[in-house]
Amino acid sequence: MFDSLSQKLTIVLFAMLVASSASAKTIHKERSIYRNVVITENNNERCMRFETRRRAISNQACIDLTNKQRLVFEYTQSIMAGLAFNQAPKRILIIGLGGGSLPKAFAEILPDTEVVSVEIDPAVAKLAKSYFDYQESDKIQTKIVDGRVFVKRALKNNQKFDWIILDAFNGDYIPEHLLTVEFLNETKNLLSQGGLLSANTFNGSKLYDYESVTYQRVFDQVRILKSPSKGNRIIFGCNCSAIDQQFKMDEALAKKLAPYGVNLYKALSRINAKVDWDETVEPLTDQFSPANLLNQ
Amino acid sequence: MKKVTILLLAFCAGFSIMCFEIIGGKLLAPYFGSSVYVWGSIITIFMLALSIGYLIGGKYSLYQPSVTKYGFIYIGAAIAIIPTIWFSEPIMDFVFSIVEDPRYGSLLASTIMFLVPTIIMGMIAPYSVRILTESTASSGHTAGFLYFVSTFGSAIGTIMTSFYFVLWFEMNQILWLTSGIMFSAGALALVISFSEQQSTDKAATSV
Repeated sequence: MFDSLSQKLTIVLFAMLVASSASAKTIHKERSIYRNVVITENNNERCMRFETRRRAISNQACIDLTNKQRLVFEYTQSIMAGLAFNQAPKRILIIGLGGGSLPKAFAEILPDTEVVSVEIDPAVAKLAKSYFDYQESDKIQTKIVDGRVFVKRALKNNQKFDWIILDAFNGDYIPEHLLTVEFLNETKNLLSQGGLLSANTFNGSKLYDYESVTYQRVFDQVRILKSPSKGNRIIFGCNCSAIDQQFKMDEALAKKLAPYGVNLYKALSRINAKVDWDETVEPLTDQFSPANLLNQ
Repeated sequence: MKKVTILLLAFCAGFSIMCFEIIGGKLLAPYFGSSVYVWGSIITIFMLALSIGYLIGGKYSLYQPSVTKYGFIYIGAAIAIIPTIWFSEPIMDFVFSIVEDPRYGSLLASTIMFLVPTIIMGMIAPYSVRILTESTASSGHTAGFLYFVSTFGSAIGTIMTSFYFVLWFEMNQILWLTSGIMFSAGALALVISFSEQQSTDKAATSV
């Protein structure tokens, strides 16, 4: 009887060992008023994720510990293609800080540019600094506030940004007030003349049609860049009349971006104007915004 | 008949309160975000308003309670919701311009938009108890059953609004629906009261 017990124990122990070696190791857990944030490490990759009991895990941010410059996510690399639109934006607004890999890259590439990152969760901002080398300076600022609230306040104060990056959506929860015609109009009004908007969005649910139509309604020319392997889609829109003429391939820029894992030529060749959504659905508005219900 | 109607009306009141509360949260989000403190503000104001409403409703029930007056509470609530539909944007614009902190901004906006209609809706519960209670001995039973019906109504109102109404209607349409339900409930109470009056009048004249 003891034999079978010890046998069972061995099996259990072995199973635990296998499980722990297969998944990433948790090195830190931070309490948050939203969802607790966990830092994990696996094969020299350090990631930030929200604590979940679900099996499907989505990392909010990752850093390659052997090459900290490299942008780990395909979609962050894709967003960098926006630099081909305007190589010298003076002010950049990022909504959704994550690990801060974008502001960090901008600080290196564009030392004179002011980068304001808006993050709702103070725990995320804290971890970005302590685990992802995100550093603030007089040019690199972090604001702990809801993205919509920041945009409304910035409009009241007559601020302008040359590039606005929306990265507040993760695959499973959408802040519905950040995906409406009214909000996108506010961001458009916050853009300087000829300014660019890049939004990181997701493929593959009923929301896709609604989301696309909403962006289309506000930025009538939208350009799409889909990640080749993951379900991300970057939507570009601008406060300008001819978006295509502004995306220019530039060898010097391509060279500058290469250390970040960005293949500028490939990224630019993927940007297209193909409409692969149902254009007859209603756009999302402050009055009608069941984004999460549509994202089932 | 009267008893069933009062219970139906109490259900409608519970239903409407939660429709209003859920939509309240969605209304505030464009100005103050949808953080936990925005929901905190709304729930605080709703609880505060209901507590005041219970107090006033209970007091009011001491003075010649009638189904007519009961009906007018519903109609009052239906009317009190309408300014929220018409003026929510200018109200929130104003609050946004004077209060920087979204916590106190959402608290102030909730107070302006939700306090009065919710106080009136809160008056309904104690007033219903007064109308339905027949004896001291059965008062606990009556109150318990009323709370069951109205809180069950709240549960249904919550799930219908958050699962379906936001998918089917625009927010202002849902608020009009809420106001319409309260108005119809009030009108029904007046009809009941009127027909009751007539039958007692008839009885009186026949005697």
